[in-house]
Amino acid sequence: MKEQILNAISKNGRFSTEDLAAMLATDEETIRKEIKEMEEDNVICGYPTLINWDQTDCEKVTALIEVKVTPQRDMGFNKVAERIYRFEEVESVYLMSGGFDLTVIIQGKSMKEVARFVSEKLSTLEYVNSTATYFVLKKYKEHGLIMTKDNNESERMLITP
Amino acid sequence: MRDPLSKKIKNIEPSGIRKFFDIVSEMKDAISLGVGEPDFDTPWHIREEGIYSLERGRTFYTSNAGLKELKQEISYYLKRRFDLEYDANHEIIMTVGGSEAIDAAFRAMLDAGDEVLIPQPSYVSYEPCAILADGVPVTIRLREEDQFKLTKDQLLEAITDKTKILVLPFPNNPTGAIMTKEDLQEIADVVIEKDLYVLSDEIYSELTYSGRHVSIASLPGMKERTIVINGFSKSYAMTGWRLGYACGPRVILDQMLKIHQFAIMCAPTTSQYAAVEAMRNGDDDVEQMRNAYNQRRNFLMKAFREMGLQCFEPFGAFYVFPSIKEFGMTSEEFANRLLREEKVAVVPGTAFGECGEGFLRISYAYSIDSLKEALGRLQSFIERLRKEKETC
Repeated sequence: MKEQILNAISKNGRFSTEDLAAMLATDEETIRKEIKEMEEDNVICGYPTLINWDQTDCEKVTALIEVKVTPQRDMGFNKVAERIYRFEEVESVYLMSGGFDLTVIIQGKSMKEVARFVSEKLSTLEYVNSTATYFVLKKYKEHGLIMTKDNNESERMLITP
Repeated sequence: MRDPLSKKIKNIEPSGIRKFFDIVSEMKDAISLGVGEPDFDTPWHIREEGIYSLERGRTFYTSNAGLKELKQEISYYLKRRFDLEYDANHEIIMTVGGSEAIDAAFRAMLDAGDEVLIPQPSYVSYEPCAILADGVPVTIRLREEDQFKLTKDQLLEAITDKTKILVLPFPNNPTGAIMTKEDLQEIADVVIEKDLYVLSDEIYSELTYSGRHVSIASLPGMKERTIVINGFSKSYAMTGWRLGYACGPRVILDQMLKIHQFAIMCAPTTSQYAAVEAMRNGDDDVEQMRNAYNQRRNFLMKAFREMGLQCFEPFGAFYVFPSIKEFGMTSEEFANRLLREEKVAVVPGTAFGECGEGFLRISYAYSIDSLKEALGRLQSFIERLRKEKETC
């Protein structure tokens, strides 16, 4: 049941308990209980909204930063990662295989703000050896959803055999 | 001037769906629950393979029976999914949708006057195709109390010494009914005893919700008596690619191939290359779509229960077939009023045979949000009808 719920809400977090119960042929109580459990177990971590900021008047700048760090004894990369992900402006942090250690994605109001974060906060952290910053020019797809506006008018016929 | 037309074609009615389609197209902003095709786009990796084949310049004919590698993949697929064994070289033909396969099978197997048993409600083309092949269609009226399955008794009753082919359209469009292995075994016993052939239209075979589909051809003694029809339209959301196939004993397929060769040449090449990709890497897509359909099916069934709309629970295809007998009007009247008053298009059950009277075909090849909107309108319509009835 848990897997079915996750499947149903992974692309659409707005299904109501009632809808989910109907879709999965169970009762609302079960859905509520399962979701609560998954929230407590940190399987479901939140319900953010996917916003295409480019379509608004709000100025947003996203940058991807490759970070090389020195792992810490006893704690490996986790401690360093935490020092980074605690910052408000940091959207995502991933530990990577390959030529660098952490991918940090940050969102700021302007390039200046991002630059300030990198130069003043990130690169000055103890254990951070180097950073390489790449600005995002356009977002096409995020969380499995295509962000560019398709002309979604359906061309399908209304009645077919 | 002489009449340009044959008597045969003049006696065939155009599809009842077509008539309703014309009415719906005039209605602006109607929402539809009337489609008989998936709402999903073909999965991208399959489309991409089609594009690639065009880029490569694969714009030639294929051999009449179809691409060898595709037939080979289909042969593996039928084995792994339905335990069917067909030789890719002689027992599979690629056709232009399942529809062409139906037509070719009738033409290859029927002599004038041979009877074809057609359980209804069912897809619109069996009857006209049988007539065009000089066969005589004989309708078996499936009943809601049998969950629209074909029963042994009904079959026995319909058989005469002219009967040659039994059409087996399960999972069924428009009822959503399926036949289990036990149900099929009873039918198979009769078919063998009475020396009939079966045209098993299994185009919805991937869309079942209570266990895997069983093909009658997998039952002992049935392979040599069965033409299995399947295709890519419903399972891989590839309706517009027009690609289906027929499998069966070589004696029949060799003759079907002649018809196909002279009438069609070969199935679309781009579609065949895309279909190879679907067969090799498409199992997950099918699984995902099946899950989505099942969620919608559950959603609809619950909504109908709450509305008090009588509906048997269907376990196949993507249709439900609720009864509207309580309202005392014909399916067509109901559908017309629902369209005018609430702008919701559904297909009257009678489009699939007279015994569809008193039923509607409602498709759930729509998103939950669209279904919700349409169901809301259906509910207010039904409530209004019930009130009207009370005040009478």
